[in-house]
Amino acid sequence: MSRNIEVALYRLAHARSGDKGDRLNIALICYDPAFYPTIAEQATAERVAAHFAARRPRKVVRYELPKLCAFNYVLDDVLEGGVNASLGLDGHGKSLSFFLLTMKIGVNPALLTRCTPPELRERLRR
Amino acid sequence: MQQLVRIGCAAGFAGDRADAALPIIGELASHRGPRFLMFETLAERTLALCQLEKRRDPARGYSPALDRMLPGTLGPCLENGIRIIGNFGAANPRAAGERIATLARAAGFPRPRIAVIEGDDVSDLFSTEELAARQMDGKVLGPCANIVAANVYLGAEPIARAFDEGAEVVVTGRVADPALALGPLVHAHRWDWTDWQRLASGTLAGHLLECAGQITGGYFADPGRKDVPGLAELGYPIAEVEPSGELIITKPVLSGGIVDRRTVVEQILYEVHDPSAYLTPDVILDITDVEVMPVGPDRVRVVGARGKPRPETLKATAFLASGMLGEAEISYAGPNALARAQLAADIVTTRMAKRMPELKIRVDLVGRASLFGTLAHASSTDADAAPEARLRFAAQHAYCEPLELLLDEVEALYCSGPAGGAGVRRYLTPRLASASCLIERDKVMPTVTFVGASE
Repeated sequence: MSRNIEVALYRLAHARSGDKGDRLNIALICYDPAFYPTIAEQATAERVAAHFAARRPRKVVRYELPKLCAFNYVLDDVLEGGVNASLGLDGHGKSLSFFLLTMKIGVNPALLTRCTPPELRERLRR
Repeated sequence: MQQLVRIGCAAGFAGDRADAALPIIGELASHRGPRFLMFETLAERTLALCQLEKRRDPARGYSPALDRMLPGTLGPCLENGIRIIGNFGAANPRAAGERIATLARAAGFPRPRIAVIEGDDVSDLFSTEELAARQMDGKVLGPCANIVAANVYLGAEPIARAFDEGAEVVVTGRVADPALALGPLVHAHRWDWTDWQRLASGTLAGHLLECAGQITGGYFADPGRKDVPGLAELGYPIAEVEPSGELIITKPVLSGGIVDRRTVVEQILYEVHDPSAYLTPDVILDITDVEVMPVGPDRVRVVGARGKPRPETLKATAFLASGMLGEAEISYAGPNALARAQLAADIVTTRMAKRMPELKIRVDLVGRASLFGTLAHASSTDADAAPEARLRFAAQHAYCEPLELLLDEVEALYCSGPAGGAGVRRYLTPRLASASCLIERDKVMPTVTFVGASE
Protein backbone atom coordinates (compact mmCIF):
# COMPACT_ATOMS: atom_id res chain seq x y z
CA MET A 1 0.00 0.00 0.00
CA SER A 2 1.36 3.40 -0.95
CA ARG A 3 2.08 5.92 1.75
CA ASN A 4 0.03 9.10 2.06
CA ILE A 5 1.52 12.42 1.01
CA GLU A 6 0.82 15.55 3.06
CA VAL A 7 -0.78 18.42 1.19
CA ALA A 8 -2.58 21.58 2.26
CA LEU A 9 -6.36 21.35 2.27
CA TYR A 10 -6.11 24.17 -0.29
CA ARG A 11 -5.17 21.56 -2.91
CA LEU A 12 -8.37 19.59 -2.28
CA ALA A 13 -11.08 22.07 -1.47
CA HIS A 14 -12.29 25.66 -1.58
CA ALA A 15 -13.93 27.54 1.27
CA ARG A 16 -16.02 30.58 2.23
CA SER A 17 -16.43 32.20 5.67
CA GLY A 18 -19.52 33.75 7.17
CA ASP A 19 -20.10 35.36 10.56
CA LYS A 20 -22.85 36.03 13.09
CA GLY A 21 -21.59 37.92 16.12
CA ASP A 22 -18.64 36.02 17.60
CA ARG A 23 -19.50 32.84 15.70
CA LEU A 24 -17.70 31.89 12.49
CA ASN A 25 -18.85 29.39 9.90
CA ILE A 26 -16.60 28.06 7.17
CA ALA A 27 -18.04 26.08 4.28
CA LEU A 28 -15.45 23.67 2.90
CA ILE A 29 -16.24 22.30 -0.56
CA CYS A 30 -14.37 19.46 -2.28
CA TYR A 31 -13.07 20.16 -5.77
CA ASP A 32 -13.63 16.49 -6.57
CA PRO A 33 -16.12 14.07 -4.98
CA ALA A 34 -13.22 11.62 -4.64
CA PHE A 35 -11.72 13.84 -1.92
CA TYR A 36 -14.81 13.70 0.29
CA PRO A 37 -13.95 10.53 2.26
CA THR A 38 -10.36 11.64 2.89
CA ILE A 39 -11.44 15.04 4.16
CA ALA A 40 -14.30 13.49 6.16
CA GLU A 41 -11.82 11.22 7.90
CA GLN A 42 -9.11 13.79 8.62
CA ALA A 43 -10.64 17.29 8.79
CA THR A 44 -12.60 16.45 11.92
CA ALA A 45 -14.07 19.04 14.27
CA GLU A 46 -11.30 18.16 16.75
CA ARG A 47 -8.51 18.77 14.25
CA VAL A 48 -10.07 22.04 13.10
CA ALA A 49 -10.37 23.11 16.74
CA ALA A 50 -6.66 22.35 17.18
CA HIS A 51 -5.81 24.24 13.98
CA PHE A 52 -7.60 27.30 15.39
CA ALA A 53 -6.30 26.75 18.95
CA ALA A 54 -4.67 30.20 19.13
CA ARG A 55 -8.16 31.73 18.90
CA ARG A 56 -9.42 29.46 21.72
CA PRO A 57 -12.66 28.22 20.14
CA ARG A 58 -15.27 27.47 22.82
CA LYS A 59 -16.82 24.86 20.56
CA VAL A 60 -16.36 23.53 17.01
CA VAL A 61 -19.12 21.60 15.25
CA ARG A 62 -18.82 19.97 11.83
CA TYR A 63 -21.89 19.36 9.69
CA GLU A 64 -21.56 16.93 6.78
CA LEU A 65 -23.26 17.61 3.45
CA PRO A 66 -22.40 14.65 1.21
CA LYS A 67 -24.87 15.68 -1.51
CA LEU A 68 -23.02 18.98 -1.87
CA CYS A 69 -19.59 17.37 -1.35
CA ALA A 70 -19.14 19.88 1.43
CA PHE A 71 -18.67 20.36 5.16
CA ASN A 72 -19.83 23.24 7.31
CA TYR A 73 -17.67 24.11 10.33
CA VAL A 74 -19.14 26.32 13.03
CA LEU A 75 -16.58 27.81 15.44
CA ASP A 76 -17.82 29.61 18.55
CA ASP A 77 -16.04 32.64 20.05
CA VAL A 78 -13.14 32.86 17.59
CA LEU A 79 -13.76 36.35 16.19
CA GLU A 80 -12.33 38.35 19.10
CA GLY A 81 -15.82 39.64 19.86
CA GLY A 82 -16.99 39.86 16.26
CA VAL A 83 -17.22 42.76 13.86
CA ASN A 84 -18.64 45.16 16.46
CA ALA A 85 -16.03 44.46 19.14
CA SER A 86 -12.81 43.15 17.57
CA LEU A 87 -9.78 45.45 17.46
CA GLY A 88 -8.46 43.55 14.44
CA LEU A 89 -8.79 44.40 10.77
CA ASP A 90 -10.97 41.38 10.02
CA GLY A 91 -13.67 41.26 12.66
CA HIS A 92 -15.87 39.30 10.26
CA GLY A 93 -13.29 36.52 9.98
CA LYS A 94 -13.63 36.73 6.19
CA SER A 95 -9.99 35.78 5.65
CA LEU A 96 -10.14 32.76 7.97
CA SER A 97 -11.50 30.46 5.25
CA PHE A 98 -8.00 30.60 3.81
CA PHE A 99 -6.51 29.79 7.21
CA LEU A 100 -8.55 26.58 7.31
CA LEU A 101 -7.18 25.78 3.84
CA THR A 102 -3.61 25.79 5.24
CA MET A 103 -4.40 22.67 7.29
CA LYS A 104 -2.40 19.60 6.25
CA ILE A 105 -4.14 16.45 4.97
CA GLY A 106 -2.57 13.10 4.14
CA VAL A 107 -3.58 12.07 0.63
CA ASN A 108 -3.16 8.83 -1.24
CA PRO A 109 -0.79 9.50 -4.17
CA ALA A 110 -3.38 8.05 -6.55
CA LEU A 111 -5.73 10.87 -5.54
CA LEU A 112 -3.04 13.51 -5.92
CA THR A 113 -3.26 13.61 -9.70
CA ARG A 114 -6.81 14.88 -9.25
CA CYS A 115 -5.72 17.86 -7.17
CA THR A 116 -3.16 19.25 -9.56
CA PRO A 117 -4.00 22.80 -10.61
CA PRO A 118 -5.51 22.82 -14.12
CA GLU A 119 -2.64 24.77 -15.71
CA LEU A 120 -0.05 22.36 -14.27
CA ARG A 121 -2.09 19.40 -15.50
CA GLU A 122 -2.05 21.06 -18.93
CA ARG A 123 1.74 21.34 -18.81
CA LEU A 124 2.17 17.71 -17.70
CA ARG A 125 0.01 16.55 -20.59
CA ARG A 126 2.25 18.27 -23.15
CA MET B 1 -51.09 28.75 -17.21
CA GLN B 2 -48.46 28.09 -14.60
CA GLN B 3 -45.93 30.83 -14.83
CA LEU B 4 -42.25 31.04 -14.06
CA VAL B 5 -41.33 33.89 -11.70
CA ARG B 6 -38.05 35.69 -12.32
CA ILE B 7 -36.27 37.61 -9.57
CA GLY B 8 -33.03 39.46 -10.15
CA CYS B 9 -30.85 40.75 -7.34
CA ALA B 10 -29.09 44.05 -7.99
CA ALA B 11 -27.48 44.64 -4.59
CA GLY B 12 -26.14 42.45 -1.79
CA PHE B 13 -25.04 45.25 0.52
CA ALA B 14 -25.19 49.03 0.82
CA GLY B 15 -21.79 49.51 -0.79
CA ASP B 16 -22.57 47.32 -3.80
CA ARG B 17 -22.10 48.37 -7.43
CA ALA B 18 -24.77 50.87 -8.51
CA ASP B 19 -24.58 49.90 -12.20
CA ALA B 20 -25.13 46.16 -11.71
CA ALA B 21 -28.92 46.47 -12.12
CA LEU B 22 -28.96 47.52 -15.78
CA PRO B 23 -27.91 44.19 -17.36
CA ILE B 24 -30.45 42.39 -15.12
CA ILE B 25 -33.20 44.81 -16.15
CA GLY B 26 -32.22 44.22 -19.79
CA GLU B 27 -32.49 40.46 -19.31
CA LEU B 28 -35.78 40.63 -17.36
CA ALA B 29 -37.26 43.00 -19.95
CA SER B 30 -36.76 40.35 -22.64
CA HIS B 31 -39.06 37.93 -20.79
CA ARG B 32 -42.75 37.92 -19.91
CA GLY B 33 -44.50 36.87 -16.75
CA PRO B 34 -43.97 38.13 -13.20
CA ARG B 35 -40.54 39.75 -12.83
CA PHE B 36 -39.00 41.41 -9.80
CA LEU B 37 -35.78 43.26 -9.02
CA MET B 38 -34.54 42.94 -5.45
CA PHE B 39 -32.09 45.15 -3.54
CA GLU B 40 -30.55 44.08 -0.22
CA THR B 41 -28.79 47.15 1.18
CA LEU B 42 -29.14 46.87 4.94
CA ALA B 43 -26.30 45.41 6.95
CA GLU B 44 -27.03 45.23 10.68
CA ARG B 45 -24.82 48.19 11.43
CA THR B 46 -26.19 50.29 8.53
CA LEU B 47 -29.60 50.34 10.21
CA ALA B 48 -28.18 51.65 13.50
CA LEU B 49 -26.27 54.40 11.69
CA CYS B 50 -29.49 55.35 9.83
CA GLN B 51 -31.32 55.51 13.16
CA LEU B 52 -28.73 58.03 14.40
CA GLU B 53 -29.21 60.06 11.23
CA LYS B 54 -33.00 60.06 11.67
CA ARG B 55 -32.55 61.52 15.16
CA ARG B 56 -30.65 64.43 13.63
CA ASP B 57 -33.11 64.91 10.73
CA PRO B 58 -36.55 63.20 10.86
CA ALA B 59 -36.83 63.42 7.04
CA ARG B 60 -33.80 61.15 6.61
CA GLY B 61 -32.66 57.83 8.05
CA TYR B 62 -33.18 55.70 4.94
CA SER B 63 -30.34 53.79 3.30
CA PRO B 64 -27.84 56.01 1.47
CA ALA B 65 -27.79 53.28 -1.19
CA LEU B 66 -31.25 54.43 -2.35
CA ASP B 67 -29.91 57.60 -3.94
CA ARG B 68 -27.02 55.71 -5.54
CA MET B 69 -28.96 52.76 -6.91
CA LEU B 70 -32.51 53.83 -7.78
CA PRO B 71 -32.23 56.99 -9.93
CA GLY B 72 -30.94 55.01 -12.94
CA THR B 73 -33.05 51.89 -12.45
CA LEU B 74 -36.51 53.06 -11.34
CA GLY B 75 -37.58 54.35 -14.80
CA PRO B 76 -36.49 51.28 -16.82
CA CYS B 77 -38.15 48.96 -14.26
CA LEU B 78 -41.49 50.81 -14.22
CA GLU B 79 -41.42 51.04 -18.01
CA ASN B 80 -40.97 47.29 -18.41
CA GLY B 81 -43.35 46.09 -15.71
CA ILE B 82 -40.51 44.91 -13.47
CA ARG B 83 -41.53 45.35 -9.84
CA ILE B 84 -38.96 46.50 -7.26
CA ILE B 85 -38.46 45.21 -3.72
CA GLY B 86 -35.76 46.66 -1.48
CA ASN B 87 -34.94 47.26 2.18
CA PHE B 88 -33.85 50.84 1.45
CA GLY B 89 -36.16 52.02 4.22
CA ALA B 90 -33.68 51.33 7.03
CA ALA B 91 -34.77 53.48 10.01
CA ASN B 92 -37.32 55.44 7.98
CA PRO B 93 -39.20 53.41 5.32
CA ARG B 94 -41.83 56.15 4.92
CA ALA B 95 -39.21 58.78 4.04
CA ALA B 96 -37.66 56.28 1.61
CA GLY B 97 -41.08 55.78 -0.03
CA GLU B 98 -41.50 59.55 -0.42
CA ARG B 99 -38.01 59.82 -1.88
CA ILE B 100 -38.75 57.03 -4.39
CA ALA B 101 -41.97 58.82 -5.42
CA THR B 102 -39.90 61.94 -6.13
CA LEU B 103 -37.39 59.94 -8.16
CA ALA B 104 -40.24 58.28 -10.10
CA ARG B 105 -41.77 61.66 -10.98
CA ALA B 106 -38.37 62.80 -12.23
CA ALA B 107 -38.22 59.67 -14.39
CA GLY B 108 -41.60 60.48 -15.93
CA PHE B 109 -43.87 58.30 -13.78
CA PRO B 110 -46.20 60.63 -11.85
CA ARG B 111 -48.21 58.07 -9.86
CA PRO B 112 -46.41 54.78 -9.27
CA ARG B 113 -47.84 52.43 -6.63
CA ILE B 114 -45.20 52.56 -3.86
CA ALA B 115 -45.85 50.48 -0.73
CA VAL B 116 -44.09 51.10 2.58
CA ILE B 117 -43.67 48.29 5.11
CA GLU B 118 -43.34 49.35 8.73
CA GLY B 119 -43.50 47.71 12.12
CA ASP B 120 -39.95 46.34 12.41
CA ASP B 121 -38.84 49.12 14.79
CA VAL B 122 -39.49 47.82 18.31
CA SER B 123 -37.43 50.41 20.20
CA ASP B 124 -40.60 52.16 21.40
CA LEU B 125 -42.40 48.89 22.09
CA PHE B 126 -39.97 47.58 24.69
CA SER B 127 -38.00 49.21 27.49
CA THR B 128 -34.30 48.47 27.83
CA GLU B 129 -35.12 46.07 30.71
CA GLU B 130 -37.70 44.24 28.61
CA LEU B 131 -35.25 43.83 25.74
CA ALA B 132 -32.51 42.72 28.13
CA ALA B 133 -34.86 40.03 29.47
CA ARG B 134 -35.31 38.73 25.90
CA GLN B 135 -31.60 38.49 25.07
CA MET B 136 -30.57 35.28 23.31
CA ASP B 137 -26.93 35.17 24.27
CA GLY B 138 -24.54 36.94 26.55
CA LYS B 139 -25.07 40.01 28.62
CA VAL B 140 -24.43 42.84 26.18
CA LEU B 141 -27.66 44.55 27.21
CA GLY B 142 -27.51 45.85 30.75
CA PRO B 143 -30.24 47.88 32.45
CA CYS B 144 -28.43 51.15 31.63
CA ALA B 145 -27.58 50.31 28.02
CA ASN B 146 -27.86 53.23 25.60
CA ILE B 147 -29.98 51.59 22.89
CA VAL B 148 -29.59 53.25 19.49
CA ALA B 149 -31.85 50.93 17.52
CA ALA B 150 -33.90 47.78 18.05
CA ASN B 151 -35.47 46.18 15.01
CA VAL B 152 -37.17 42.88 14.52
CA TYR B 153 -36.62 40.80 11.38
CA LEU B 154 -40.01 40.80 9.65
CA GLY B 155 -41.00 37.99 7.33
CA ALA B 156 -42.36 37.89 3.79
CA GLU B 157 -46.08 38.27 4.63
CA PRO B 158 -46.32 42.10 4.49
CA ILE B 159 -44.27 42.11 1.28
CA ALA B 160 -46.61 39.61 -0.41
CA ARG B 161 -49.59 41.63 0.89
CA ALA B 162 -48.17 44.82 -0.65
CA PHE B 163 -47.82 43.16 -4.05
CA ASP B 164 -51.33 41.65 -3.67
CA GLU B 165 -52.58 45.20 -3.25
CA GLY B 166 -50.95 46.26 -6.51
CA ALA B 167 -47.58 47.67 -5.48
CA GLU B 168 -45.03 48.36 -8.21
CA VAL B 169 -42.34 49.24 -5.67
CA VAL B 170 -42.14 47.85 -2.11
CA VAL B 171 -39.76 49.43 0.37
CA THR B 172 -39.07 47.89 3.77
CA GLY B 173 -36.96 48.47 6.83
CA ARG B 174 -35.52 45.39 8.55
CA VAL B 175 -36.81 42.14 7.08
CA ALA B 176 -35.11 38.76 6.88
CA ASP B 177 -33.01 38.98 3.71
CA PRO B 178 -34.55 35.88 2.03
CA ALA B 179 -38.02 37.41 2.58
CA LEU B 180 -37.17 39.94 -0.14
CA ALA B 181 -37.51 37.05 -2.62
CA LEU B 182 -40.05 34.93 -0.75
CA GLY B 183 -42.57 37.81 -0.59
CA PRO B 184 -42.77 38.23 -4.39
CA LEU B 185 -42.89 34.42 -4.83
CA VAL B 186 -45.75 33.88 -2.39
CA HIS B 187 -47.64 36.70 -4.12
CA ALA B 188 -47.02 35.51 -7.69
CA HIS B 189 -47.40 31.75 -7.08
CA ARG B 190 -50.23 32.10 -4.52
CA TRP B 191 -48.36 29.86 -2.10
CA ASP B 192 -49.95 29.03 1.23
CA TRP B 193 -48.32 30.29 4.45
CA THR B 194 -48.30 26.74 5.84
CA ASP B 195 -46.89 25.12 2.68
CA TRP B 196 -43.52 24.65 4.39
CA GLN B 197 -42.04 22.85 1.40
CA ARG B 198 -42.59 25.72 -1.03
CA LEU B 199 -41.80 28.37 1.58
CA ALA B 200 -38.48 26.59 2.09
CA SER B 201 -37.76 26.62 -1.65
CA GLY B 202 -38.58 30.33 -1.87
CA THR B 203 -36.43 31.03 1.18
CA LEU B 204 -33.55 29.13 -0.41
CA ALA B 205 -34.02 31.22 -3.57
CA GLY B 206 -33.80 34.35 -1.44
CA HIS B 207 -30.76 33.08 0.46
CA LEU B 208 -28.99 32.35 -2.84
CA LEU B 209 -29.86 35.81 -4.22
CA GLU B 210 -29.34 37.94 -1.13
CA CYS B 211 -25.61 38.50 -1.58
CA ALA B 212 -26.00 39.37 -5.27
CA GLY B 213 -22.67 38.77 -7.06
CA GLN B 214 -21.49 36.28 -4.43
CA ILE B 215 -23.28 33.52 -6.37
CA THR B 216 -22.18 34.56 -9.87
CA GLY B 217 -18.43 34.48 -9.30
CA GLY B 218 -17.98 37.46 -6.99
CA TYR B 219 -16.04 36.85 -3.76
CA PHE B 220 -14.94 33.58 -5.31
CA ALA B 221 -11.99 34.09 -7.66
CA ASP B 222 -8.60 32.63 -6.76
CA PRO B 223 -6.30 32.96 -9.78
CA GLY B 224 -5.08 29.60 -11.06
CA ARG B 225 -7.52 27.66 -8.87
CA LYS B 226 -10.89 29.28 -9.37
CA ASP B 227 -10.67 31.65 -12.30
CA VAL B 228 -13.61 33.92 -13.07
CA PRO B 229 -13.91 35.75 -16.38
CA GLY B 230 -15.11 39.35 -16.55
CA LEU B 231 -15.16 40.28 -12.86
CA ALA B 232 -14.98 43.97 -13.81
CA GLU B 233 -18.44 43.58 -15.40
CA LEU B 234 -19.79 40.90 -13.08
CA GLY B 235 -23.34 39.85 -13.96
CA TYR B 236 -25.61 39.71 -10.91
CA PRO B 237 -27.96 36.76 -10.39
CA ILE B 238 -31.45 35.97 -11.59
CA ALA B 239 -33.54 33.17 -10.06
CA GLU B 240 -36.21 31.46 -12.15
CA VAL B 241 -38.67 29.86 -9.77
CA GLU B 242 -41.38 27.41 -10.81
CA PRO B 243 -44.73 27.09 -9.02
CA SER B 244 -43.40 23.88 -7.44
CA GLY B 245 -40.51 25.81 -5.91
CA GLU B 246 -37.87 24.28 -8.18
CA LEU B 247 -35.42 26.93 -9.17
CA ILE B 248 -32.63 27.80 -11.53
CA ILE B 249 -29.92 30.35 -10.81
CA THR B 250 -28.56 32.18 -13.83
CA LYS B 251 -27.28 35.63 -14.85
CA PRO B 252 -27.74 38.07 -17.75
CA VAL B 253 -26.36 36.93 -21.12
CA LEU B 254 -23.02 38.46 -22.11
CA SER B 255 -22.28 39.57 -18.53
CA GLY B 256 -19.10 38.67 -16.64
CA GLY B 257 -18.78 36.04 -13.93
CA ILE B 258 -19.83 32.39 -13.78
CA VAL B 259 -22.66 30.37 -12.29
CA ASP B 260 -21.62 26.79 -11.65
CA ARG B 261 -21.81 24.13 -8.96
CA ARG B 262 -18.91 25.66 -7.03
CA THR B 263 -20.24 29.23 -6.91
CA VAL B 264 -23.71 28.00 -5.92
CA VAL B 265 -22.50 25.64 -3.16
CA GLU B 266 -20.31 28.37 -1.60
CA GLN B 267 -23.36 30.61 -1.37
CA ILE B 268 -25.75 27.87 -0.16
CA LEU B 269 -23.66 27.50 3.00
CA TYR B 270 -22.84 31.20 3.44
CA GLU B 271 -23.62 32.30 7.02
CA VAL B 272 -25.39 29.01 7.69
CA HIS B 273 -24.87 27.22 10.99
CA ASP B 274 -26.94 24.04 11.35
CA PRO B 275 -27.80 23.17 7.72
CA SER B 276 -30.90 21.27 8.87
CA ALA B 277 -32.31 24.33 10.65
CA TYR B 278 -31.77 27.70 9.00
CA LEU B 279 -34.18 29.86 10.98
CA THR B 280 -36.22 32.54 9.22
CA PRO B 281 -39.45 34.28 10.28
CA ASP B 282 -41.45 32.33 7.66
CA VAL B 283 -40.07 28.79 7.77
CA ILE B 284 -37.21 26.69 9.10
CA LEU B 285 -35.16 25.76 6.05
CA ASP B 286 -33.39 22.38 5.85
CA ILE B 287 -30.73 22.22 3.12
CA THR B 288 -29.22 18.84 3.99
CA ASP B 289 -30.87 17.18 0.96
CA VAL B 290 -30.33 20.03 -1.48
CA GLU B 291 -28.78 19.07 -4.81
CA VAL B 292 -27.10 21.32 -7.32
CA MET B 293 -27.13 20.42 -11.02
CA PRO B 294 -25.62 22.44 -13.85
CA VAL B 295 -28.16 22.41 -16.70
CA GLY B 296 -26.51 24.75 -19.19
CA PRO B 297 -23.93 27.51 -19.48
CA ASP B 298 -24.28 29.65 -16.33
CA ARG B 299 -27.48 27.84 -15.43
CA VAL B 300 -27.68 25.75 -12.26
CA ARG B 301 -30.76 23.93 -10.99
CA VAL B 302 -31.20 23.74 -7.22
CA VAL B 303 -33.66 21.22 -5.78
CA GLY B 304 -34.36 19.46 -2.51
CA ALA B 305 -35.00 22.23 0.01
CA ARG B 306 -37.18 21.03 2.87
CA GLY B 307 -39.21 23.11 5.28
CA LYS B 308 -40.34 22.83 8.89
CA PRO B 309 -42.94 25.06 10.60
CA ARG B 310 -41.72 28.59 11.32
CA PRO B 311 -40.23 29.44 14.73
CA GLU B 312 -42.52 30.63 17.53
CA THR B 313 -40.56 33.84 18.07
CA LEU B 314 -38.99 36.53 15.90
CA LYS B 315 -35.40 37.66 16.14
CA ALA B 316 -34.57 41.28 16.85
CA THR B 317 -31.21 43.01 16.92
CA ALA B 318 -30.58 45.83 19.36
CA PHE B 319 -27.68 48.21 18.96
CA LEU B 320 -26.12 50.21 21.75
CA ALA B 321 -23.48 52.89 21.73
CA SER B 322 -20.21 51.39 22.93
CA GLY B 323 -17.60 54.08 22.72
CA MET B 324 -15.00 54.76 20.09
CA LEU B 325 -12.45 52.81 18.08
CA GLY B 326 -9.11 54.52 17.55
CA GLU B 327 -6.72 53.33 14.83
CA ALA B 328 -3.40 54.68 13.61
CA GLU B 329 -0.95 53.31 11.04
CA ILE B 330 2.61 54.02 9.93
CA SER B 331 4.86 52.35 7.32
CA TYR B 332 8.55 51.43 7.08
CA ALA B 333 10.23 50.24 3.89
CA GLY B 334 13.56 49.05 2.56
CA PRO B 335 16.50 47.42 4.41
CA ASN B 336 15.70 46.37 7.98
CA ALA B 337 12.08 47.58 7.68
CA LEU B 338 10.76 44.90 10.02
CA ALA B 339 13.18 45.77 12.81
CA ARG B 340 12.39 49.46 12.53
CA ALA B 341 8.65 48.69 12.67
CA GLN B 342 9.21 46.52 15.74
CA LEU B 343 11.16 49.33 17.41
CA ALA B 344 8.34 51.78 16.63
CA ALA B 345 5.81 49.40 18.22
CA ASP B 346 7.99 49.15 21.35
CA ILE B 347 8.26 52.93 21.64
CA VAL B 348 4.50 53.51 21.41
CA THR B 349 3.53 50.69 23.77
CA THR B 350 6.18 51.74 26.32
CA ARG B 351 4.97 55.33 26.34
CA MET B 352 1.28 54.37 26.44
CA ALA B 353 1.91 51.98 29.35
CA LYS B 354 3.04 55.03 31.33
CA ARG B 355 0.49 57.55 30.08
CA MET B 356 -2.68 55.42 29.87
CA PRO B 357 -1.98 52.03 31.44
CA GLU B 358 -5.60 50.80 31.34
CA LEU B 359 -5.87 51.16 27.56
CA LYS B 360 -5.55 47.77 25.86
CA ILE B 361 -3.68 48.28 22.62
CA ARG B 362 -3.57 45.88 19.70
CA VAL B 363 -0.56 46.06 17.39
CA ASP B 364 -0.63 44.49 13.94
CA LEU B 365 2.09 44.15 11.37
CA VAL B 366 -0.01 44.48 8.25
CA GLY B 367 1.14 42.14 5.50
CA ARG B 368 2.68 39.77 8.06
CA ALA B 369 0.15 38.77 10.66
CA SER B 370 -2.74 41.23 10.78
CA LEU B 371 -5.61 39.11 9.45
CA PHE B 372 -4.85 35.71 10.93
CA GLY B 373 -3.57 37.51 14.05
CA THR B 374 -2.53 35.10 16.75
CA LEU B 375 -3.06 32.23 14.31
CA ALA B 376 -0.11 33.25 12.18
CA HIS B 377 3.33 32.18 13.29
CA ALA B 378 5.81 35.03 12.94
CA SER B 379 8.03 32.57 11.14
CA SER B 380 10.75 34.39 9.30
CA THR B 381 12.91 36.95 11.06
CA ASP B 382 14.96 37.55 7.95
CA ALA B 383 15.50 41.31 7.92
CA ASP B 384 14.97 41.51 4.19
CA ALA B 385 11.94 39.22 4.19
CA ALA B 386 9.54 42.14 3.93
CA PRO B 387 10.27 45.03 1.59
CA GLU B 388 7.64 47.00 3.50
CA ALA B 389 6.09 46.82 6.92
CA ARG B 390 2.90 48.66 7.90
CA LEU B 391 2.30 48.94 11.59
CA ARG B 392 -1.24 49.31 12.88
CA PHE B 393 -2.32 50.25 16.41
CA ALA B 394 -5.92 49.87 17.59
CA ALA B 395 -7.80 50.39 20.85
CA GLN B 396 -11.34 50.95 22.06
CA HIS B 397 -12.54 53.25 24.84
CA ALA B 398 -15.74 54.89 26.04
CA TYR B 399 -14.21 58.33 25.47
CA CYS B 400 -12.12 59.89 22.71
CA GLU B 401 -9.34 61.38 24.85
CA PRO B 402 -7.38 58.19 25.70
CA LEU B 403 -7.56 57.18 22.06
CA GLU B 404 -6.37 60.59 20.88
CA LEU B 405 -3.39 60.06 23.13
CA LEU B 406 -2.55 56.81 21.34
CA LEU B 407 -3.07 58.34 17.91
CA ASP B 408 -0.81 61.27 18.85
CA GLU B 409 1.91 58.86 20.00
CA VAL B 410 1.86 57.09 16.66
CA GLU B 411 1.99 60.35 14.76
CA ALA B 412 4.91 61.53 16.95
CA LEU B 413 6.91 58.59 15.54
CA TYR B 414 7.49 60.84 12.53
CA CYS B 415 10.11 62.86 14.40
CA SER B 416 10.86 60.75 17.49
CA GLY B 417 10.65 57.18 16.21
CA PRO B 418 12.87 54.96 14.02
CA ALA B 419 14.25 56.17 10.70
CA GLY B 420 12.09 56.30 7.60
CA GLY B 421 8.60 56.22 9.16
CA ALA B 422 6.04 57.17 6.51
CA GLY B 423 2.38 57.48 5.64
CA VAL B 424 0.70 57.98 9.02
CA ARG B 425 -3.10 57.70 8.90
CA ARG B 426 -5.33 58.01 11.95
CA TYR B 427 -9.03 57.28 12.46
CA LEU B 428 -11.59 57.63 15.24
CA THR B 429 -14.86 55.77 14.59
CA PRO B 430 -17.95 55.42 16.81
CA ARG B 431 -18.63 51.83 17.82
CA LEU B 432 -21.92 50.01 18.25
CA ALA B 433 -22.38 46.78 20.14
CA SER B 434 -25.21 44.47 19.17
CA ALA B 435 -27.42 42.04 21.03
CA SER B 436 -29.90 39.51 19.64
CA CYS B 437 -33.31 39.20 21.29
CA LEU B 438 -36.29 36.90 20.81
CA ILE B 439 -39.61 38.71 20.45
CA GLU B 440 -43.14 37.28 20.72
CA ARG B 441 -44.92 37.33 17.36
CA ASP B 442 -48.10 38.90 18.73
CA LYS B 443 -46.18 42.02 19.77
CA VAL B 444 -45.22 42.74 16.17
CA MET B 445 -47.79 44.15 13.71
CA PRO B 446 -46.29 44.83 10.28
CA THR B 447 -48.20 47.43 8.26
CA VAL B 448 -48.49 48.13 4.53
CA THR B 449 -49.31 51.68 3.42
CA PHE B 450 -49.12 53.31 0.03
CA VAL B 451 -47.26 56.57 -0.52
CA GLY B 452 -49.75 59.38 -1.10
CA ALA B 453 -52.72 57.21 -0.09
CA SER B 454 -53.84 59.60 2.65
CA GLU B 455 -53.72 62.68 0.39
